Amino acid sequence: MSTNTTNQNRSGLEKFWDNLRALPEYFRGTAFRTGVPNTDRTRSSFVFGNLFLHLHSVRTHLWSLKWSTTMGLGIITTAAFLITLITGVLLMFYYKPYPDVAYLSMKDIHFVVPTGRFIRNIHRWAANIMVVTVILHMARAFYTAAYRKPREFNWLMGIALLAITLAMSFTGYLLPWDQLAYWAITIGANIAQSPRELTDALGLTEYIDPGGLIRLLLLGSDNVGPEALIRFYLLHIMILPLILAMLMGVHFWRIRKDGGLARPVDAESRLGVLPTNTYPVFTQAPAKTYQLAAVVKGRTPLVGRGPESTVPSMPHLFYAELAVLMFTVFICVTLALISDAPLKELANPSVPENPAKAPWYFLGLQELVSFSAFMGGIGIPTIVMIGLGLIPFLDREENGTGEWFGGTGGLDVVKRATFIGLAVPIFIETIAISFGWIREWFPQTPQIIVTFINPATIITLAYALYSIYLVRRYNSTRAGALGLFTCFLCGFLVLTIIGTYFRGPNWVFYWSPLDWPKH
Amino acid sequence: MTEESPKKSRLDPEPIARRDFLGLSALFAAASTLFFALLGMLKLPKTAVLSSPSKKFPVVLPDSLATGEAFIPQGRSVAVFRDEKGVYAISTICTHLGCVVKNNPEGFECPCHGSRFSVDGTVTKGPAPRPLPWLKVTRNGDKWLVDETTIVTPGTKAT
Repeated sequence: MSTNTTNQNRSGLEKFWDNLRALPEYFRGTAFRTGVPNTDRTRSSFVFGNLFLHLHSVRTHLWSLKWSTTMGLGIITTAAFLITLITGVLLMFYYKPYPDVAYLSMKDIHFVVPTGRFIRNIHRWAANIMVVTVILHMARAFYTAAYRKPREFNWLMGIALLAITLAMSFTGYLLPWDQLAYWAITIGANIAQSPRELTDALGLTEYIDPGGLIRLLLLGSDNVGPEALIRFYLLHIMILPLILAMLMGVHFWRIRKDGGLARPVDAESRLGVLPTNTYPVFTQAPAKTYQLAAVVKGRTPLVGRGPESTVPSMPHLFYAELAVLMFTVFICVTLALISDAPLKELANPSVPENPAKAPWYFLGLQELVSFSAFMGGIGIPTIVMIGLGLIPFLDREENGTGEWFGGTGGLDVVKRATFIGLAVPIFIETIAISFGWIREWFPQTPQIIVTFINPATIITLAYALYSIYLVRRYNSTRAGALGLFTCFLCGFLVLTIIGTYFRGPNWVFYWSPLDWPKH
Repeated sequence: MTEESPKKSRLDPEPIARRDFLGLSALFAAASTLFFALLGMLKLPKTAVLSSPSKKFPVVLPDSLATGEAFIPQGRSVAVFRDEKGVYAISTICTHLGCVVKNNPEGFECPCHGSRFSVDGTVTKGPAPRPLPWLKVTRNGDKWLVDETTIVTPGTKAT
């Protein structure tokens, strides 16, 4: 008040000078209205007064902050995405999406552009880390049974994010326009066309050809050329990142709306003695059940459940997230300094790279398509995606939610399923590698039989049957889901390792790259 | 008019079902408009004219070309052969996933997933779903015209 009165006595020029001096302070006040977050009240408004932070809830349960609850995998994935975003935009300064010129611009980035090689390495490592952590994050959510009510929809969002992450990586793989890129994309585009294998076998291709249409839309031509490159570029830098960012927003927002991370019903007692800076929201179980009629379905999350052990998200959650972000940056930078992203010779459409290998996380798929293009490349991935998506809708049990390997069967089922999940593909692959398959035994076998009866479909069928057996044996859908998911991870692992380390020229099995024929 | 019950006055509320019907029709109209508009937009990325080079091209075979030896025209994925019965061309694009197969004395071999084909293009091993197609060859003076768009029955040779 006193300043106001003095202000009135000052001259216009003096007021101007005062305002100018107060500018930084005043500006800070308009941007961050809440002030320093050092009380519960300012800490709360710090979160909900900020567009980016308010995806988080104001207070975080201590269970969610335990390292073993999430291992930070979701945040690492997000951090890796942010790193690819920033490094990707930097790479766009020099990259030119046109055949041959693209390759030259990659060479420029590698050899001429200041820090270009370093930035590209970080981009490539962050993308790889994102693929790994998105899979591990899914495994975490599955094994802690976090997909259950009310988080079913968010599990589906997660599956969509996994698919888009893989698509982002795959579209980025073409851009260097080297031999590796060209042939991986040729194979990928033909996998997209492989529904033809089925329509051909049924004699329908001239009437309905979904495979050909998908390939045409993807490549914009009948071979991998300038149109394909610009399309993959557009998908990689614009369409897919936009969809990804949007779905990430939904994914994070739903975590809050679904009541934070999943935790056991007795999380409070398990946490033991609480730190001194925490206190329950309600000191006693309230006698009255509060309900916001017609606005919130059911009871509000905090009411009626008695004391809860939450701490303010600022600083507890945000500092933890920042630490994970810094850790991810550290890992990416270190890997980028140690190992260069590969760049082979310029793409040559008349001589395939031998062996032509896709990025490592697709080598399991490539192993499957080496038995049948359609079942391995489209049929089984579709079955797997639908199977993963159905998990929360088929397993509606409640025991063990929020606990590692929680639910009926638990770790016991996981151990058994690990054994089956590793043994089945190793056994089937051994037969296929040592003795060949139906076509080598009976050369006249029609294609439709090779398409449906091959190592890839038999492994899938064996996993499905084993999972049904577990449902019956333990009388529990959770046990079946544990078995199926564990088998899926093991199958992915075995096939990826075979594809990566044991396949040489002409996709022949070799114990070591040292045994590859010289050419 | 006076006999009509007051319930039927136009001032009384409409039966709710009718409003629902109108609302739902409007919603359906909007949704289908947007859906078909998006579907129509897909016509843009569906390429009408392909930029790839012409699929019909002339080939001059060297005199030294022996029976069973493949001649691969520059930049093409076609193997042209000549024997005493005539000239024939076999596509070298693997019918599995589109890699270019390599010719050898026993036939063809795909580097990507190990499909093998005999000298006439029949699948002998691996995941390839169809044999390598034979392409139409016609004589044009001392040149041979290969047409990649026309597939002929295996064994058809041009003289």
